[in-house]
Amino acid sequence: MTKTGFIIANLFRKKTRTSLTLLSVIMAFLLFGLLQAVNVMFNAGADFIGATRVMTQARVSFTQALPMSMLPKIEGVPGVARVAPMQWFGGVWHDTDQLIVFAVDPQRQHDAYPEWVMPESQWKAFANTRTGMVVGRLIADQYHWKIGQKIPIASNIYPQKNGSKAWAFDLVGIYDGKDENWQKATNGIFIQKDYFDEANQFGINGRTNFFAIRLADSAQAQKVCKTIDAMFENSPDETKTQTEKDFNVGFVKQIGDIGLMVRWILFAVFFTLLLVVGNTMAQSVRERVPELAVLKTLGFSDGSVLGFVLVETFTLCAIGGLLGLGLATLIGIGVQKSAGGQLPLSVDWHVWTAGAIAIVLLSLAVGLLPALRASRLKIVDALAGR
Amino acid sequence: MSTLVSLRNLSKTYQRGPEKIEVLHGIDLDIDKGDFVALMGPSGSGKTTLLNLIGGLDSPTSGEVSVNGERIDQYGSGKLAKWRAANVGFVFQFYNLMPVLTAAGNVELPLLLTNLSAAQRKRNTEIALQLVGLSDRARHKPKELSGGQEQRVAIARAIVSDPTLLVCDEPTGDLDRKTADEILTLLQQLNKQHGKTIIMVTHDPRAAEFATHTLHLDKGQLAEQATH
Repeated sequence: MTKTGFIIANLFRKKTRTSLTLLSVIMAFLLFGLLQAVNVMFNAGADFIGATRVMTQARVSFTQALPMSMLPKIEGVPGVARVAPMQWFGGVWHDTDQLIVFAVDPQRQHDAYPEWVMPESQWKAFANTRTGMVVGRLIADQYHWKIGQKIPIASNIYPQKNGSKAWAFDLVGIYDGKDENWQKATNGIFIQKDYFDEANQFGINGRTNFFAIRLADSAQAQKVCKTIDAMFENSPDETKTQTEKDFNVGFVKQIGDIGLMVRWILFAVFFTLLLVVGNTMAQSVRERVPELAVLKTLGFSDGSVLGFVLVETFTLCAIGGLLGLGLATLIGIGVQKSAGGQLPLSVDWHVWTAGAIAIVLLSLAVGLLPALRASRLKIVDALAGR
Repeated sequence: MSTLVSLRNLSKTYQRGPEKIEVLHGIDLDIDKGDFVALMGPSGSGKTTLLNLIGGLDSPTSGEVSVNGERIDQYGSGKLAKWRAANVGFVFQFYNLMPVLTAAGNVELPLLLTNLSAAQRKRNTEIALQLVGLSDRARHKPKELSGGQEQRVAIARAIVSDPTLLVCDEPTGDLDRKTADEILTLLQQLNKQHGKTIIMVTHDPRAAEFATHTLHLDKGQLAEQATH
């Protein structure tokens, strides 16, 4: 037997209680890991490495549409291969399911996104059918849509000129992703921008939410972004150009101040955890007063007893914390893969370091008082049950 | 025989709320090495308090406690803890074993405070368990043992680090007559064959008969002394 063995034996003396406490620590650190990763993702600086596409939106927000007249100017920037306008439609299926629907120029979309794979005949049909629509494989499979069907989709933003928000489109193509990652992202729908511009009641003809820009050379990404934004500086339509990855992150960021939300959620989680683990440790020490007194009787010093309780708390927090962070790492990898690498939710070493600090602080916060109580026990009183 | 325990003008007062309770007053006592002393007396006479002071679990209000020439009444809690680990073995009425450890684990516990290697600790534990006749129950946890067996494990734990002095507080108080006699015989063997000095608090006159001397305490003072 070793001191470590003794500590672990004590930790698991009440298996159900320890397991439930451990579970709460695991859940807390799982949340900690994921939310910290979200925080890191939102606060990360621009990453231009390997970018094949950049996105230009209005500087204030992508909800503020940009004039289509910008398109030829952007396309003239050295390093730009092709520009595709994309307009958010706000699609809803059967009043409940939100769909990712963009009004696009079929040919430009085809050129700017070679990752979307579809037979040329279907691209042509899309270009030639004003009410045409193409959908990603995931969506087609989910709703069992077939080419040739007329699909009624409502928009939660744009009514038609007759005032109705119910639109109908002809499904003319189903696209796949060029590889496994892109296939996982085939959850979008494209409709014809020309038709949308003409038919919507708001008359936002000639404007678009953003431009997707395919680069001729990925090494030029940073330069292209700077050139485009400089070109429209001090104009009524100032722009913000960023990599596709950063754009996607920014899209999610529209929800609100993610950092603040993360901090408040973590505060609530750790405050609860403090109470749960603190109560467990206090209870555990209370139950063991005579045993702790025996340890002291045998010659273990006050410091050793303090150490036993603190190490026991630390072991509980460390096992739970590391398992939680490990799970968060796996989930982060899963999310990255399922988003085709477009959401860099990475539980990286920054998160693990923060997690390790949190484990130590949590252990001290919940373990110190019971440990001090244990170390200050008077042997004769504790043995006499006083 | 030389004196192992020497008490001079020993007093102990407890504060219970606003009241001061003088549990022991002016005790003078010498216990020789190799003695087996039974401490008897009515409840509240100060037997356990005296035992705690001799075993270094508590400090006197006044007076001197010398064990093997060391003035332990002058030791601080840290030094006293080290001294207890090296010099005293404790046996309690309710055994006070660690429920999460096996019999062997319980016996080995005091050895974690020594510099012995894991193999040496294991060997000493086996010897101690053999001495109390429990080698075959080494892997059992306390709840899997009878009261008598638990007390034997407690005795093995008390002797494993080879202390000079064993202090036993009502070691047979929770046992039936037959098992109590077995435990007392074991203590007697430890005293006679291994030279352990034993001080045992007991209410039971039959248990006291196993000792070489009996001391009677009454109202915090030594009343009489008998030699068997």
